[in-house]
Amino acid sequence: MIGFWSVNDGYVMQRRLLKLHLFNLHISPHSVQQYWPWLIGGACVLLVILILLALTVGAVAIEFTSLGQWLHARLYGLAVPDKQTQLIVEALRLPRALLAAGVGALLAICGAAAQGLFRNPLADPALIGVSAGAAAGASLVIVFLGNTLVAGWFGVSLISLGAFAGAILVVVAVYRLATHQREGTTSAATMLLAGVAFSYLAGSLSNVLKFISNNDQLRQLSLWHMGGLEAANFTQVGLIAGVLLVVGGCLYGQYKALNALLLGESEARHLGINVKRVKGRVIVCIAAGVGVAVALSGVVAFIGLVVPHMVRMLLGPNHKYLLPMSACVGAMLLVLADTLARTIIAPTELPVGLMTAVLGAPVFISLLRHRKNYQ
Amino acid sequence: MLELKNISVKKGAAFIVSDVSLSLKAGEILSVIGPNGAGKSTLISAILGDVGLEAGQINFACAPIHAQPLQARARHIACLPQTSVLSFPFTVEEVVMLGRVPHSSGAKADRIIVEQAMALMDIGYLYGRPYTALSGGEKQRTQLARVMAQIWRKPDAEPRLLILDEPTSSLDLGHKQQLMAAVKYFAEQGVAVLMIEHDLNMVANYAHQLLALQCGHVVAYGEVSTQLSSALIKTLFGANTQVINHGGMLNIVNC
Repeated sequence: MIGFWSVNDGYVMQRRLLKLHLFNLHISPHSVQQYWPWLIGGACVLLVILILLALTVGAVAIEFTSLGQWLHARLYGLAVPDKQTQLIVEALRLPRALLAAGVGALLAICGAAAQGLFRNPLADPALIGVSAGAAAGASLVIVFLGNTLVAGWFGVSLISLGAFAGAILVVVAVYRLATHQREGTTSAATMLLAGVAFSYLAGSLSNVLKFISNNDQLRQLSLWHMGGLEAANFTQVGLIAGVLLVVGGCLYGQYKALNALLLGESEARHLGINVKRVKGRVIVCIAAGVGVAVALSGVVAFIGLVVPHMVRMLLGPNHKYLLPMSACVGAMLLVLADTLARTIIAPTELPVGLMTAVLGAPVFISLLRHRKNYQ
Repeated sequence: MLELKNISVKKGAAFIVSDVSLSLKAGEILSVIGPNGAGKSTLISAILGDVGLEAGQINFACAPIHAQPLQARARHIACLPQTSVLSFPFTVEEVVMLGRVPHSSGAKADRIIVEQAMALMDIGYLYGRPYTALSGGEKQRTQLARVMAQIWRKPDAEPRLLILDEPTSSLDLGHKQQLMAAVKYFAEQGVAVLMIEHDLNMVANYAHQLLALQCGHVVAYGEVSTQLSSALIKTLFGANTQVINHGGMLNIVNC
């Protein structure tokens, strides 16, 4: 009998240790507050290291020493000795890595805000139809305006505009459908279902557009839909940086309201939060952020869903820390995923959206399985 | 301090609350009683501005309540909801800290208030625990500590109003009494209290005023000692009881 119990205890202990390692990496709110500058600083340093790593890896490997020389020359305004390194890094890899970081950060911070706003940890912007709406909007632009305007700065911004319009249209429709007219409360379940319905609707619109498009447009559409960062340039980096700054700043400004909203909409109102205004702002931010991200990189799945989940397990649900840290981790993950996508079957490149889906889906499934451990 | 003048609230075609008037002074505890669906919660929603008025007027501190800015009003009025939907793993002290959102009294002062409110509701031992892992009663006490922290200090805002929607529904007897003692302590500090309560013994021994609602209409309104009778309970709930005055303490006994 004693033997039986000790074996059982050992088993329980083992299970506990396993869970402790994998799913209970929680830091207490007090420690988060105390060590926050170190935590976010460390995350930023890690992001810079990942970006530098991404610069060295690829079809042509760049030595750390020549990367160091390039970095030194650039930082001190000297002439770069190695022209080939300069060309590869500055024309190809740096804009791409920066775009990946920007898109990742934008998707993750929008995901975190969406989950807070809808009080639902499953409310990924893609699940509520934003991505599909953005894709349909961008497709409309490519098919009907693409032939004349697709190249250059104006083309980029026009496709972005289409994606943005599509995203906001779907969000507003889903939100209207899920919000009770009289009471003004939003049902998360209805919202997810409406998101699925509108995703199908937008998806079928995209398919119709594919059907009527010519060969050139079809190629452009399907490449764009798979999600890729290979066409990155510094104009796009500038655009994403600007949008990230505005959307991130605006969302971070709402962190107290988002925290209060987790209690419920009327509770937040009783705490003095103008719920209607906050909801409006956050939804516009999410649609703008995801719309632009999708326009520049195609549909990149799971970043907006998985990253806030992971950060919440680590730091708790306080949006003051959740939003900036999600942005950092999202940037890291997408830089990493893009580097893998470039190298895993080199010289062929996988679309980065495919990569994040392959990596993200299993992580998400395991999160669902272990939901009880952290909720 | 709080004054309702002939207010009516409509949902669809039906009047949920019709022609209700009351006035509440600082330091008073008013208990709203009535059967399920009598319009008690709707009355609270109307005071808080969550539903529109069909007719009538609500004044708080001598001014129309809905003309006051939201944040300023939140410093004066705190409300405990009937149910909570919080499903994110905030720790208990973080939930209580949310009560300080409308104030800008500084992190240090807020932390002290949170600790005191947690001590008052006897949830100091829950420090650091995730809210989602608590039992129903512990959740209720955490939410209570939150609304109490919201109107904790006199210098933050005056007058103060505490609204409680069935605060004792998931508490054991000991914590029920502890809660009512805390509410009484708040009232003694000059906080006006409006609470919906189903436990008539609690009403009898802690509330000063009583408002009985039935189908949205006022059936009785006034001092608890004069209004609470077995005839009123029979009208409201169709239940047979006896109200016994036991040395100044009212006891409601089923029979």
